[in-house]
Amino acid sequence: MSKTKFILGCFDDPDNMMQGIDNLQKNSIPIYDVYTPMPIHGIEDKMGVKDSRLGYAAFCFGCLGASVIFSILFYTLVLDWPLNVGGKPSFSIPNFVPFTFEWTILFTAFGMTITYFASTHLFPGRAPRVMDLRATDDRFIIAVDAKGNVPHEDITNLLKQAGAVEVKHNERKYVSYE
Amino acid sequence: MKTHNSFEERFEFNGTAKTLSLVFIVIGVLAIALGFIFGGEHVQRTYSNLLLMSYYFVCVCTAGVFFCAYQYVAQAGWSAAFIRIPQAFAKVLPIASLILIVIVTFGLFTTHKVVEHGKEEVVPYLYAHWATHGLTIPGSENFDPIIFGKKAFLNIPFFYGMLVVLLGAYSYFGWALAKCSENEDSVGGMSNYDKSFKLSCIFLVIFGFTFPIFAFGVIMSLEAHWFSTMFGWYNLAAMHVSGLAIIALVMIYLQKKGYFTWLHIDHLHSMGKLIFGFSIFWTYVWFAQFFLTWYANIPEESVYFYIRWEPQYKFWFWLNIAMNFLAPLLMLMSRDAKRVTNRMMWTCIILIAGHWLDYYIMIMPGTVKEHRGFGVEEIGIFLGFAGLFTYLMLNTLSKFNSLVPKKHPFLEESLHHHI
Repeated sequence: MSKTKFILGCFDDPDNMMQGIDNLQKNSIPIYDVYTPMPIHGIEDKMGVKDSRLGYAAFCFGCLGASVIFSILFYTLVLDWPLNVGGKPSFSIPNFVPFTFEWTILFTAFGMTITYFASTHLFPGRAPRVMDLRATDDRFIIAVDAKGNVPHEDITNLLKQAGAVEVKHNERKYVSYE
Repeated sequence: MKTHNSFEERFEFNGTAKTLSLVFIVIGVLAIALGFIFGGEHVQRTYSNLLLMSYYFVCVCTAGVFFCAYQYVAQAGWSAAFIRIPQAFAKVLPIASLILIVIVTFGLFTTHKVVEHGKEEVVPYLYAHWATHGLTIPGSENFDPIIFGKKAFLNIPFFYGMLVVLLGAYSYFGWALAKCSENEDSVGGMSNYDKSFKLSCIFLVIFGFTFPIFAFGVIMSLEAHWFSTMFGWYNLAAMHVSGLAIIALVMIYLQKKGYFTWLHIDHLHSMGKLIFGFSIFWTYVWFAQFFLTWYANIPEESVYFYIRWEPQYKFWFWLNIAMNFLAPLLMLMSRDAKRVTNRMMWTCIILIAGHWLDYYIMIMPGTVKEHRGFGVEEIGIFLGFAGLFTYLMLNTLSKFNSLVPKKHPFLEESLHHHI
């Protein structure tokens, strides 16, 4: 039994990598993920990646921010300590608009950052883990889960045919920058 | 799927679009004539509507120059495939400017008698608050110390100087940017692009500092006692959103007619993002202007909103917010919504009508006051100018040798625009 956990096809050219994806897909070999140092247009459609749900998270965080500050303002300015400012009623909506607007943006921005960190495991202080160190530099990586995808030699050949400069058989899923 | 696009394609201006725009121009002329035949308050209403629509017309054409300029300065690639549309807007600007100048001239030099504060005065139809004879002459029975203090800005020579210099400058830059782009088609290379970049930088600096002066002069001075430093930015936001909506609408129309086959939904999506973003910006500036006045509650500032809070304007005042803020907010917020052509089309139509209403709320309380109306003059003159704009703009578009700047350095990027 092979100890290989992941097969990585390393390409130095994104066009070759796209060819590699085609080769694997034609042979019904599931691709675990693809790592590239730069965004490649159209790759989501090719890989069947679902649309990001970050927008929904942003909407929820925005609503949360608006509700939180509205409650604080309502409690402090209307219920607990009403002040007479220029003879205006203590509960006057225009007053509430700038704060609500700013807190909506603040919570949305922070919330989206936290969501992004959580979904990518990129917390400050945590050494990022990647499948191949050069995926953030000059290599385009196709990762195939080795388990169940046999024979490994065929996958290696398919990747080589597409122009992979190197095919790695890794026994660990991640390498760390540590 | 069509895989090959002919970049030699020219726009042919004929058929329904041509007939309809000419019919609309005739309707507009009839509406103006009817306004004068009705007489009385209708004359004032006709003048106000003419000012409204000619200002709207100038703003939309200027928005074309503005759009081209910031695309060049940002070195944006995505817009290259349809940059001919805003270029056509820009090339119509000289005619629009001329129409505005003619209309304000008629408004300034034709007078009528009104009874103000119990005494009869002879005032011009437009800009009566500062152009009435004697307002700035000490000792005159019309003397007004506030207008006297503002006479360095509010006087007829300065007003004309401002209109001619500013609109002339905007028109020149619009013409020059289109010229560079046409040269590029025949010559190729980077020299024309570099020149466009330089022209755009100069234009944006001039435009940013002077557009508020233009808006102060043409619209804010209708109520010359009142002033707001936000007014220029508020108008800039309004003209930008309406300009973007019209560019998007023209894109959708021409695509439905079978032109611009190389544009795809991603281009419309990007336009949708700009329209959505700048509608929010419009609301932000609108609210900033309102909020400061509301908070300070100084009578000479509040009077502006006081008139707009009277029963005959209150409904329209709120409808303005609904059309220009709530409609784009609710209709265009999600990603998928911006990628549905018909939804984009309807949002653009709502915004075009909405910004007409926005200008209406700016102009009418200062001119026709409580004799507000919505009828033959409003609809007819709107249609007339819509027809005139469509006719001139599509006619200009048909004069271009090709609907795409063939040798634009970012053309490939634009054709593969993907978001």
